[in-house]
Amino acid sequence: MEQPAMGAMQMTFDEKKESKPASGAIKMSARNVKVFYGDAEAIHGVNMDLYENEVVAFIGPSGCGKSTFLRCFNRMNDTIDIARVTGEILLDGRDIHDKKLDVVQLRAQVGMVFQKPNPFPKSIYENIAYGPRLHGLVDNKTDLDEIVETSLQRAGLWKEVKDRLDAPGTGLSGGQQQRLCIARAIAVSPEVILMDEPCSALDPIATSIIEELIDELKGSFTIAIVTHNMQQAARVSDKTAFFHLGDLVEINETREIFTNPQDSRTEDYITGRFG
Amino acid sequence: MNTGLIDGHTSQAYDAEMNEIVNDVLAMGEKVTDQVEQALRAFIQMDSELAKQVIEADKSINDMEVSIDDKCVQVLVKRQPAARDLRAVIAMIKTIKDLERIGDQAKRIARMAGNASSQIMAPKAFSEFEQMGLRVNQMLQGAMSAFRQMDADAALQVALLDKQIDNDYEGILRQNMTYMLEDPRNISRIVEMTWVGRAIERIGDHARNVCEHTIYFVKGRDVRHVDDEQLEAVVRNR
Repeated sequence: MEQPAMGAMQMTFDEKKESKPASGAIKMSARNVKVFYGDAEAIHGVNMDLYENEVVAFIGPSGCGKSTFLRCFNRMNDTIDIARVTGEILLDGRDIHDKKLDVVQLRAQVGMVFQKPNPFPKSIYENIAYGPRLHGLVDNKTDLDEIVETSLQRAGLWKEVKDRLDAPGTGLSGGQQQRLCIARAIAVSPEVILMDEPCSALDPIATSIIEELIDELKGSFTIAIVTHNMQQAARVSDKTAFFHLGDLVEINETREIFTNPQDSRTEDYITGRFG
Repeated sequence: MNTGLIDGHTSQAYDAEMNEIVNDVLAMGEKVTDQVEQALRAFIQMDSELAKQVIEADKSINDMEVSIDDKCVQVLVKRQPAARDLRAVIAMIKTIKDLERIGDQAKRIARMAGNASSQIMAPKAFSEFEQMGLRVNQMLQGAMSAFRQMDADAALQVALLDKQIDNDYEGILRQNMTYMLEDPRNISRIVEMTWVGRAIERIGDHARNVCEHTIYFVKGRDVRHVDDEQLEAVVRNR
């Protein structure tokens, strides 16, 4: 295969090779990030910038390190005893491994939505109210009610649950539970939202609702999403990063990655020629 | 076929589906090339029987287009192709559109042959005309060969020949005006010849398009509406 020079299907001849500038400023940066599980190096020195108001999709075969890398951005790997992270991760220019930094506060700023919806075994209202209360974001019930309503509205769930806020969150459908988890993450006013295969347990309708939500949310947040669904990456993301064996092989505009990737490994993966 | 660019999927059924489409496109190209060659022969030799065969055969070309289109749609639906697979399917959908239009031009030439007026032109009047027909047929064969090989360089060389066809057409126009002035009895035949010349010129344009689709597939660059210099720059990665 000749390495394609550049460009995409819609790209006209005069367009330049450089990818278009990111829509916002750099929100988070990873610099030479390595992750070790015991002695084994799972991520081999990855550099990446996450920009404001942009969605970056992480794709790659199972075990390539994309989820491990995602979890570096809010120090979720700290929760794994044998995991060790080296290198720098900056949030607004500040190293998130700084000893003075409160990791609970970090995780409010950099929220996370997991593969399996995991609402607390409490009411819908309490699922949302828990975070703002914990972080001292409100001092009266009226403000808390407002945060609960706004968060549920932004997650596109308000209309469906407004008459049963006292019902258990676990009683909602899978798609609703996932939106509840997104509302819960939004409630503490994060700046970055990390999503680890947020739709893999959902049906196509619930998936498209979440995807539409991601599109809306990127107006306010920086979003990084791990997905095994390549079409989902193509639909929701501005940039796509392809990981393989712990390396970041290629990151580029999503339309470039899916029409004209520069690295043959990326091409082999997205065209189903891997292995 | 340079199958290396099409094959190699984890799913062998996917390979088979893609190869089937490629083979269908090649068969359609072969059929269209034959149609052009026979239509021109029918016109020059005023062979109305051959012209009739060409006109009738056009339907099979249209059917091929519809059938290949459908197979491409099935691949899009089932496989959601990306990168070079996506470019291959897009390039083939566009290629068969151009082939179908070449088929239409061949039919147009054959209709002229069927209606050919009785005046007999001096044989030399056809020599340049035949030359142009030969050139466009070679161009068409070259375009399909470049597609078969998925060879951007070969596609470029063929695409550049289109200029020569355009020049041939200009030459025929000038020559035909002279013939009309020389002997007005030949006017209707010469007008037909001019129309056929125009059809050949259009076939050249479509053959160039086919080359551009191959370059798009191989290089990932959209080279429609660019001049020859830019086309060369893309293929040579300049």
